[in-house]
Amino acid sequence: MYLWLLAAGLTLVFGVLGVLNFAHGSLFMLGAYATFTFYGKLGINFWVSIALSLISVGIIGAILERLFIRRIYDIDLAYQLILTFGFILIFDDLVKIVWGGVAMIPPMPSFLEGNLSVLGRPYPIYNIFIIFAGLAVAVILWLVLEKTWWGRMIRASASDREMASAIGINIPILFTTVFVFAAMLAALGGALGTPVRVVAPGIGTAMIIQAFVITVIGGLGNLKGAFVGALIVGILTSFGILLFPVFELFIIFVVMAIVLMVKPEGLFAK
Amino acid sequence: MKSRIFLLGLLILFLLLLPTFAGKYPLYMTIHILILSVFALGFNLLLGYTGLLSFGQAGFFAMGAYASAKILLVIPSLLLGAIAGMVAGGISALILGYLCVRHTRIYFSMLTLCFGMMIYSIAWKWRDVTGGDDGLVGIPRAPFQIPGVFSINMESMGNYYYFVLIISLIAIFILYRLVNSPFGLTLKGIRDSENRVSFAGISIRNYRLLSFTIAGLYAGLAGSMIPPLENTVTPPLAHWTHSAEPVMVTLLGGIHTFSGPIVGSILFYLIKDIIVRYTQYWLIWFGSIVVFLVLVFRGGIVIFFTERIWPLLSHRSPPP
Repeated sequence: MYLWLLAAGLTLVFGVLGVLNFAHGSLFMLGAYATFTFYGKLGINFWVSIALSLISVGIIGAILERLFIRRIYDIDLAYQLILTFGFILIFDDLVKIVWGGVAMIPPMPSFLEGNLSVLGRPYPIYNIFIIFAGLAVAVILWLVLEKTWWGRMIRASASDREMASAIGINIPILFTTVFVFAAMLAALGGALGTPVRVVAPGIGTAMIIQAFVITVIGGLGNLKGAFVGALIVGILTSFGILLFPVFELFIIFVVMAIVLMVKPEGLFAK
Repeated sequence: MKSRIFLLGLLILFLLLLPTFAGKYPLYMTIHILILSVFALGFNLLLGYTGLLSFGQAGFFAMGAYASAKILLVIPSLLLGAIAGMVAGGISALILGYLCVRHTRIYFSMLTLCFGMMIYSIAWKWRDVTGGDDGLVGIPRAPFQIPGVFSINMESMGNYYYFVLIISLIAIFILYRLVNSPFGLTLKGIRDSENRVSFAGISIRNYRLLSFTIAGLYAGLAGSMIPPLENTVTPPLAHWTHSAEPVMVTLLGGIHTFSGPIVGSILFYLIKDIIVRYTQYWLIWFGSIVVFLVLVFRGGIVIFFTERIWPLLSHRSPPP
């Protein structure tokens, strides 16, 4: 589910801003580290630390968009990829400087420990919590995009930037907001994902590849697709590890390649 | 034009004489620069000349490295290893390229990224053949020989340097002729206007595939020179972050020039070498340089030099 949170932000930015953000995985990583620091190191309340991490990564996202991403909307895609790749390098080293190069295991909040019995089998509470958090984000995203004024403005500028600007939508502010929102989604993914994985420099580059796979399967810029894509990749990965551990990673890429070759606009294109 | 040939000759002379006065470390660095140059030049045939951004070149690089390592572990012949690497890179690029060139722009980039990572996952997980995450170790720096005719020992860094230098120079020369041939012109035509070229009755897909295969060939050749140098090959060679290396280098030097990737490779290692002396966190600085380049310096170093500095120095119009 935290894969979905990550992919949602990536696909949102691509759909609205038209930028494929390589550094999105690094924002995920920053979110994970921030939560680790606030909750694991400083001992702040779990919910407050998640909120604090979201805010701090959101601020980083705002700076990133205002100063850098903004200048590359109109240039060739290759340069966009390379610029955001530059940020991967920067963030990876920054994390190493601040937190050190070793992997760390963040603590699990006590009220989310333990197991629940679902259909007669024990199931970790934390996983259930993440599933519901992911679903909640999906519902909220859908409501915001489809039912509110803001959502309508975002969809309008996604389909025609100039027209939207002509009828009085403040495109620069809207884009910054979308980017910050996407950064926060990534950070939320990182924050929620950390108690079940380790935080280490370089998880950004690992995560972004998975996010790419998901968004490509679902269709670039397609939120619904990203949701289903995340489910597909999650199921494939877990069954892959169980059934053929050697080719787990391989299978995901095979699926991605097939989707790209047969239907590059994604499985859920309209 | 004459002064350029003179400069080029001077550069080659310098490279030839390097082992006589330079120590082991500069030679080692220069070998890496040459390997990266070959790698990036092949890549730039795709990006700069054909207009396709591939993010999977490390896959072919690793194919070359693993193929050459496998050969060298069985038959100790340097030339055979290089040929095997080249063939492995070329054939895999031909097969995967057939699938990739259906798309352009972002879908092409994604597809190549995907195939590159597939090769990475094979290198990582297929322990019996690739040695898993330990990689292949103990690869000999085999002698350069044709049985019965001659054999040159390659154990010393200097001798191996000459081997890499000569192979790289030949490869660079061939590519130079290639991009200045009708073939290169067609590729540029495809980059600039796909429709017009296809109206001229040229099969765009075949040309793209050919360009992709040559790029794979060069990546494989570059990769094949790694195992005798390092004595090991490991899966990170195929990882997509390694694919980003030729991208950055090409960008650094300049896309639309032939020498861009070479200049970029030199700068890449120089910058790395200088920064590493002061801090272990050299990537943060390199990342900043990349960001800076994209924002303000998009033409690359070579264009900047030929258009701004060169006229100042010679009070002439810039060379074509």
